[in-house]
Amino acid sequence: MPDISIDFCGVRSPNPFWLGSGPPANTAYQAMRAFDAGWGGVVWKTIGDPIINVSSRYGSIDYKSERMIGLNNIELISDRPIETNFLEIAEVKKKYPKQVVVASLMVESKQAAWHEIVRRANDSGADLLELNFGCPHGMSERGMGAAVGQVPEYATMITTWVKEMAQVPVIVKLTPNVTDISFMAAAAKQGGADAVSLINTINSLVGVDLDTMVPRPNVGGYSSHGGYCGPAVKPIALNMVASVAHNPKVGIPISGIGGISNWKDAVEFMLLGSTSVQICTAAMHYGFRIVEDMISGLDGYLASKGMNSAMELVGKSVGKVEDWGNLNLNYKVVAKIDAEKCIGCNLCYIACEDGAHQCITAAPRPVGDLRHGTPAKHVPHVIEEECVGCNLCALVCPVPQCITMEEIDSGRGSMNWRQLQEARGKSPQCSMEELLAKVAKA
Amino acid sequence: MLKQNAPRLTPEQYEQNFADINPPLTRSQALEEGSRCLFCYDAPCIKACPTGIDVPQFIRQIGTGNVTGAAKTILNANILGHSCARVCPTSVLCEGACVLNLEHKRPIDIGKLQRYAVDHVMDTLQLFTPPASNGRKVALIGGGPASLSCATELRRHGYNTTIFDANPDPGGLDTYGIAAYKLRAEDAVREFGLVRRLGVEIRSNVEVDASKLPELEREYDAVFIGIGLGGTDDLQIPGEELEGSCDALTFIRNTKEQSFDKVTVGNRVAVIGGGNTAIDVVTAARRLGAEEIYMIYRRGEAEASAFEYEIELAKKDSITFVWQSVPTRILGRGKVEALECVKTMLGPPDASGRRGPKSIAGSEFRLDVDMVIKALGQKRKTEFLESISGLKLERGCVQVISATMQTANPKYFAGGDCVNGGGEVVDAVAHGKTAASGIHQVLEAAASARRTHA
Repeated sequence: MPDISIDFCGVRSPNPFWLGSGPPANTAYQAMRAFDAGWGGVVWKTIGDPIINVSSRYGSIDYKSERMIGLNNIELISDRPIETNFLEIAEVKKKYPKQVVVASLMVESKQAAWHEIVRRANDSGADLLELNFGCPHGMSERGMGAAVGQVPEYATMITTWVKEMAQVPVIVKLTPNVTDISFMAAAAKQGGADAVSLINTINSLVGVDLDTMVPRPNVGGYSSHGGYCGPAVKPIALNMVASVAHNPKVGIPISGIGGISNWKDAVEFMLLGSTSVQICTAAMHYGFRIVEDMISGLDGYLASKGMNSAMELVGKSVGKVEDWGNLNLNYKVVAKIDAEKCIGCNLCYIACEDGAHQCITAAPRPVGDLRHGTPAKHVPHVIEEECVGCNLCALVCPVPQCITMEEIDSGRGSMNWRQLQEARGKSPQCSMEELLAKVAKA
Repeated sequence: MLKQNAPRLTPEQYEQNFADINPPLTRSQALEEGSRCLFCYDAPCIKACPTGIDVPQFIRQIGTGNVTGAAKTILNANILGHSCARVCPTSVLCEGACVLNLEHKRPIDIGKLQRYAVDHVMDTLQLFTPPASNGRKVALIGGGPASLSCATELRRHGYNTTIFDANPDPGGLDTYGIAAYKLRAEDAVREFGLVRRLGVEIRSNVEVDASKLPELEREYDAVFIGIGLGGTDDLQIPGEELEGSCDALTFIRNTKEQSFDKVTVGNRVAVIGGGNTAIDVVTAARRLGAEEIYMIYRRGEAEASAFEYEIELAKKDSITFVWQSVPTRILGRGKVEALECVKTMLGPPDASGRRGPKSIAGSEFRLDVDMVIKALGQKRKTEFLESISGLKLERGCVQVISATMQTANPKYFAGGDCVNGGGEVVDAVAHGKTAASGIHQVLEAAASARRTHA
């Protein structure tokens, strides 16, 4: 049996699955239910001076009959007294010593205030601290949350204050609402952060009610921008996790967050550099029981890959993310349609015809119904010489494994953009540093 | 009249028995079902629909909440989209063509989605605003699907259209000949409001006979024949005149025009025929309370022309199938008491391509029944059609140029059952559309020729 436990900044967690800081991690009651269900850790809903929430608070995106593929909220941090939260953390830790409890914190940007909350967190027995520098709504307007996370100097400064007092490792939670999240991760590192977690929610306005013309969620005829999360944000989060994992100026553990719903999502985050993963929306949607399959799925995956420990996954794919300029321009794949599997929907044809490179042909379908015999099979045809290997047809094809992208020998050796530019006697695309230097010179 | 022998049911039982066999989808069901549609390009469901309804488009419109748009997509292609949604044999048309079948998945429930879309707007929709009159008049004989479709299409070009229909309500078999659990007469009639709102004049209770033709030819620029077929073929056996012997069309029509408790039905009913009409009759008889029902067909189940799903429906109703049997006489004193049949064996394929039945001497048997309903093919209205000069008929069906539906008499166009010998509602609608564009083409060409000569 592979070992699915992880080591996060020296803290052992029975598995990488932590309940993310949010509504599912608001109380001891929930934390204990989550641990009973099998969760490895709980990141408490952010503790700070209790706030007052509005009603309603959430809005979502559905896709066809799939509910809540994206969720938006305008809820703030905990509305419960600081004292209650820390007492409950202590109670949970006592009952569940082997599970991880992370105290998520957010107070006004004053050294004394941070020192005070960290002192109380120390006393609660929490295993780790997570500094919420990410909340994009409500708190940021009060100079907290994303307002801190968007200014690297603030992030460094507050992290430094926390580290002055903290007795356990400190995670800085990052906002995605910045131009380069890895820069912010480096700033946290500079302040002494032991780890970073990302991403927090993305600034969003989830939609407008077409009957009332009031954006959602509706609070007495008005709405406000909120934070977006759920399955729809996963690719954004993955990219950000990879970019932080890639940045040599960071080099500290990552707790991955953003649209993780199952073990496969979790493994992807781990492969791109996350040690633990945090799940919130999926638990809000389906409850804590989803962790059961996460555990067995991860276990099965590790076994299938011959791995002994979940830790072996961490960062394994980071090196596979390259700058575009280093990709081999002479690598070539073309689409192959399996005529046996093809059901003749023509989606590959029209996607290529209207949306891509006009490399698939399809004969007009004859008129007729089953009363006049079974119609001949209708299979589009790929013009291989024209196919650019973009994947679009394979992506739109509704039949598994019907369209595959097969590698063909381009007859040319490996050559990337940088090498090509050098061969052409031009300088390769200049780096950001070079560009900044040029701007400074001018 | 025959004393009703089947036990009388309570009004609630009748309603339950004749309840919609395909209940409408809820909004949530429609969205879920519609979300399965792949939105195929050049979709086979469109190609399998005789009227070419853009099925993927209307399903997408349902999905976006544009239900009125969906209904327009349907009705612009098929003005009888409301009844076709209920009565089309979708498993051999659009749904049979659905690509999901090839992946061994359940095809999209296109019929039900179509019904969902049109149900919403049926009573209020103004499908289009007809242009000002182009000064031309077209008479349409018969008020069934072919004529309604033809008249609607002609209105798009500004033709004045008048339908002459012998029945109290338009619709023809759509109104009077479809099993009540598929389409109630009152629902069929809703559809005609849609047609009337487009300015089609419908003159009901007007029988057009040979004597009226000269007037029509004089008054109208073109005449469309959409008269359908005649009464049910005779069994040509002794005893057919007995009380308790009737034909399928009359029997079905009774269930559509009368309240169910007033419909005459025996308790032990023999139905002769192997087509979809025979199925309509046996299932209606069962729903009216008949206890023993036989469906007698001279060939075997494999050769029966009824759709497979229709036969399944009859099986669910516990109908006794009497395959490979032919009635020889109806017995009774004044009224039906029994039906005598003889077994058949199947010989080599006949003209229809099916194996021809031959009676087996000495295999006679008797079914004690109190009602015999013949559900054979329909007669042709040969006499009337022959009164139109120059019309060419083949086996009683009007011969037309398929691209325009023009008959051998250039003034006349035709479509529907009187042309194809008996098809689906959707086939008649398709004929009507083709005929309308044919009429327009021919009259435009004539007008243009006149202008050139003038």
